[in-house]
Amino acid sequence: MNASPTAPFTTIIGLEVHVQLQTRTKLFCGCSTQFGAPPNTQVCPTCLGLPGSLPVMNRQAFALALRAALALNCTIAPTTKWDRKNYFYPDLPKGYQISQFDLPFSSAGHLEVVDPKGAFAPRDVGIIRVHLEEDAGKSMHDEAAGTGDTRIDLNRAGTPLCEIVTQPDLRSPQEARAWLNELKLLLVYLGVSDCNMQEGSLRVDANINLHIPQPDGRIAKTPIVEIKNMNSFRSVERALVYETARQYQEWQETKAEMGSKPKQTRGWDEPAGITRGQRAKEESSDYRYFPEPDLVLVTVDAAQLAAVQSGMTEPPTELRKALESRWKISAYDSDVLVNQGRELVGYFEELAGAIGEGKVASNWMQQDVLRTLNERGGTIDAFPVTPAGLADLIRRVTAGDFDTSRAREIFAEMVTSGRSAADVVATLGISAVDDDELLTLCHELLAANPKIVADVRGGKEQAAAGLIGQAKKKNANVNPGKVREKCLELIRAMG
Amino acid sequence: MTISRQDVAKVGLLARLALSEAELDTMTTELSNIVGFVSLLAELDTSHVEPLAHPLDTHNVFRDDIPLPSLTTAEALQSAPRHDGECFLVPAVLNESGAA
Ligand SMILES: [Zn+2]
Repeated sequence: MNASPTAPFTTIIGLEVHVQLQTRTKLFCGCSTQFGAPPNTQVCPTCLGLPGSLPVMNRQAFALALRAALALNCTIAPTTKWDRKNYFYPDLPKGYQISQFDLPFSSAGHLEVVDPKGAFAPRDVGIIRVHLEEDAGKSMHDEAAGTGDTRIDLNRAGTPLCEIVTQPDLRSPQEARAWLNELKLLLVYLGVSDCNMQEGSLRVDANINLHIPQPDGRIAKTPIVEIKNMNSFRSVERALVYETARQYQEWQETKAEMGSKPKQTRGWDEPAGITRGQRAKEESSDYRYFPEPDLVLVTVDAAQLAAVQSGMTEPPTELRKALESRWKISAYDSDVLVNQGRELVGYFEELAGAIGEGKVASNWMQQDVLRTLNERGGTIDAFPVTPAGLADLIRRVTAGDFDTSRAREIFAEMVTSGRSAADVVATLGISAVDDDELLTLCHELLAANPKIVADVRGGKEQAAAGLIGQAKKKNANVNPGKVREKCLELIRAMG
Repeated sequence: MTISRQDVAKVGLLARLALSEAELDTMTTELSNIVGFVSLLAELDTSHVEPLAHPLDTHNVFRDDIPLPSLTTAEALQSAPRHDGECFLVPAVLNESGAA
């Protein structure tokens, strides 16, 4: 409803995203971060919070966090520290989380999202801060068993997390989802995180309220609600759509405005498709943050920043633009290719380089390679046809050896058998039809179809289509385009 | 800065300390004394002193991202008041985690 230009309010959305960094070990100890291990097999005195243990920062975690912040155009603080965020929860063994409070390592960035189909105007979303902290463990409660015990697995406790907080710059649920897709793509491209939501390596909370213009010109703002428990980007969009409608209805009933009650937390109930109220959020001062005395400061100088920056691969936004200018493809095409990941772009560029043509390569990627990948599953690295092999096939089509539909059959055979185009062509009895054969065939067709010839001479050029099917029956290898062209040429020569 | 009885009650609650009425009184007096003592520092002119974020002069202490052996599950669980051989057991927690 808020997507409609006539909606009587503006939707204001900000996101808080946590991503697990792709390190081998935890943030402050050498325990593995491998997902899926049996409970409490990746724990040690440090991540269990046992007395006498001390944290030591993982170099790679800080490097990945820096990479993420730089890619999000953040300013990097020359000096940063960590703080203890105190609260009691069974999955937090120390009784505090090591996080960053007043001196996060980065702040004030932005990331733009552009919809190539123009569903919304490009939106540059401000990033308030990116900071580095540790994850908590996992609580499991089997309500069905009704035993009354909650089981705690601390394998995840101490896993490095980047917290990314945006400005409330998003204006619709659809934008929020698209922006999250862009963020995920960026972090995956840079090798910062695998962003696997099923495994919890990317988690999103959303803050939302409505700005409602009043007859007196004042803008009424509804109380901000934080939504949790969204397990996919689709859920984020659905939850925000639901919450937009709920807040507008509540506004109409209560006229309650921001500040009239504390910030509310609501959980998204996916099966029911609704948000439900949760306990009131503790004030941030209730976390009694204070500097973590067990960790020393971290400083970053210009040389270190330059080193991180030079080691970074092209982020998606730049890669899209590069593909458009390098290969003369549309924004839509570059978006489809880049969204499939770095490896697929690598395949495309090799293919385009080999045939010297971007648009044709892009079409083959989207219509044939991607479709085949979707049908067969698997990744582009394991694709049975190499870029060079596909380039060979495309060159034969361009040379007129056979038409595109014949080429698709050959391609399918190359995929299943893993053989080269030349090999497949030989076994399928496909051979190029030379000019003499083509001429003879066309003469035969015209002699056998006086009605079509007459129609074409009468100005109905499309009647020539009737000849193509017959040509294919006589010789499966003929190129329909060439048959059509040659027949028309012969008919025109009749005067 | 003075510490009120209410401040002490709130901090006590956050620290999960069940303070009796008498203890609240004692704590309020003692905490006020401590804070009062520390507030002597506020009399110093620190306008020309760089803020100090950590008392140690060293910085950038890192370790490499190399896995080290963890404890066995039995070792990890041995001091737990209750466990089931795999997990720590705690009284039912039904609401959502307090923070991320
Ligand atoms: Zn550990």
